[in-house]
Amino acid sequence: MAVISYREALNQAMREEMERDESVFIMGEEVGHYQGAYKVTQGLLQRFSSRRVVDTPIAEMGFAGIGVGAAMVGLRPIIEFMTFNFSLVAIDQIVSNAAKMYQMSAGAFHVPIVFRGPSGPAVQVASQHSQALESFYAHVPGLKVVLPSTAYDAKGLLKTAIRDDNPVVFMEGETLYGTTWEVPEQEYLIPLGKGDIKRPGKDVTLVAWSKMVWVCLDAAKALAAEGIEAEVVDPRTLRPLDTEIICDSVKKTGRCVIVEVGWPVAGFGAEVAYQVQRQCMDHLDAPIERVCSDDVPMPYAKNLEDEVQPQVKDVVAAVKRALYLA
Amino acid sequence: MSTPEKARVEPDDEPVVATVDELKPLYRQMLAIRRLEEASAKAYSQGKIGGFLHLIIGQEAVCVGATAALRPDDYVVATYRDHGHAYAKGISARAMMAELYGKKTGLVKGLGGSMHFFDKGKGFLGGHGIVGGHVPIAAGAAFAAKYRGDGRVALCFFGEGASTIGGFAEGLALAALWKLPVVLICENNQYSMGTPLYRSLAVEDVSMRALAHGMARDRFDGDDVLKVKQRIAIAVERARETNEPTLVEVITYRFRGHSMSDPGLYRTKEEVEEWRRRDPLNRTRVRLEELGMPAADLEALEADVKAEIEDAVHFAETSPPADEYFPYVIKE
Ligand SMILES: Cc1ncc(C[n+]2csc(CCOP(=O)(O)OP(=O)(O)O)c2C)c(N)n1
Repeated sequence: MAVISYREALNQAMREEMERDESVFIMGEEVGHYQGAYKVTQGLLQRFSSRRVVDTPIAEMGFAGIGVGAAMVGLRPIIEFMTFNFSLVAIDQIVSNAAKMYQMSAGAFHVPIVFRGPSGPAVQVASQHSQALESFYAHVPGLKVVLPSTAYDAKGLLKTAIRDDNPVVFMEGETLYGTTWEVPEQEYLIPLGKGDIKRPGKDVTLVAWSKMVWVCLDAAKALAAEGIEAEVVDPRTLRPLDTEIICDSVKKTGRCVIVEVGWPVAGFGAEVAYQVQRQCMDHLDAPIERVCSDDVPMPYAKNLEDEVQPQVKDVVAAVKRALYLA
Repeated sequence: MSTPEKARVEPDDEPVVATVDELKPLYRQMLAIRRLEEASAKAYSQGKIGGFLHLIIGQEAVCVGATAALRPDDYVVATYRDHGHAYAKGISARAMMAELYGKKTGLVKGLGGSMHFFDKGKGFLGGHGIVGGHVPIAAGAAFAAKYRGDGRVALCFFGEGASTIGGFAEGLALAALWKLPVVLICENNQYSMGTPLYRSLAVEDVSMRALAHGMARDRFDGDDVLKVKQRIAIAVERARETNEPTLVEVITYRFRGHSMSDPGLYRTKEEVEEWRRRDPLNRTRVRLEELGMPAADLEALEADVKAEIEDAVHFAETSPPADEYFPYVIKE
């Protein structure tokens, strides 16, 4: 198996799906001539021409809506947001139009579209550019919400998302593009709504997605040194959510810590916690713990930014609380 | 690739009449901004500044000239490329540099960084990261000025790339409809990140957007700081006296990449060189020489600027780290 970057995996997924299906095209700011603000679309303009790799002006509402309209009549747009922070300018098209169309038209129109781009806090880009918005989108019926943590997941999930007949909000980790993982040469797809055990363990279940999977893997390593075996469960898609894989793990370990980089209030972890207590009440040996970013807009200074976001030590501390070791 | 000529306006009539007294302070500001930007680029490459850093080198005449047409209590609203505008509005190099370093002594205590400069006392309403989102904010400040009848005017700066987004279109429409005392200044540096004008605008004249709203407009080259000052002064006066907004397009050029991470491969060396040859900063210096400012005075001014920026860097380097963020989520 080849070891490739998360960025390359996404690029391969789009390239393969565009080869396979003429109705797939990419549209967004700097996706073509510039080769992508984060170089995810590198080489695609050269391969597919400006008919299928469409550079846009700064008009997120406009090109997201163009994607929705094109999808209603049979194309399969991939709309790239330079970052998901700018999807807020287009959120009306995603929430009021893309998500509603199928139900509003009683099934006459479905919207096979992917909204993708980097999301979550990056490094020192301050409050307007450092937001984890997955809980916003996961709130909305009619959308699917995907957050891959590894190159392997990124490729398999993006290919599935492009083939899905519904609007998919595909949120890439802005700090994960350079991370690498083994990816098979032959084609594979990962179904939306199926989680993955990123590390097996028996003592405590850590639930995390995107960048926080990596933090949890590091925390699990630190905990292992103290004889605590954490299982890291990555749901990979928040909507639909694989509650089964999470609950099976919690039934085994009896303890659950949910780690997310978003804000605590009405964060998606609260939904996970609800599902876990509902289905695993008799198996829980401790209250469910949540680790989130602090309830603040992201500050710029590096030291404050690190303080705000969940760190390995915060996860370790939460696990110890769940194990009554603290 | 768009040729520089394409975006240029007809060279107009006589050069603006100038005196040393009028030009000198503007030159000093432009020079300080240039040196400040160079110092921040250096600190960025040393890893002392993080995140996004958008330099305004090459465009200094626009923010300096335009702000010089204001009263001190007028408002300025800018984009993420805000260092020049902040300095021109009177914010100190020390506070700015310490902010870039993420220090407690920074303009906004290390919370905002390069893109989010704010200073209430100076009427500097940001420092905004979302393209176009600040245009209605400037119109809002103008709304308040008209509401209170205090005679203030708001200047709003943005790039030509912002002219395609809804925030701009809606802000423009409302400013025109309600006759708000705002001057909307498009700094057309001909590239929105890597996208040249012709790939982002069907009509490469942003000022024409005013026509549909019956709004006054102006369009000129931004090389001459005094010309910028005089032309913006007309729009400011119109706003102050009659509450009529104006859309002004100033043609300019950024010498560096969009941000520090942009190598700028979408422009030819020759194109950048051509624009560097007409550097508004050098042009202003030459003008001062022509007007008879003694070489010794120029050198003294330049030494003074150098000392100011060195002091700002030293201040930033030796300031304590940022240390608080909870107090500013909700005002109690
Ligand atoms: C709504 C939104 N979309 C995209 C971006 C990313 N972005 C930041 S600056 C920029 C280019 C802006 O160009 P222009 O408005 O011409 O101003 P300039 O940077 O040239 O000063 C882009 C695409 C953003 N900040 N906000």
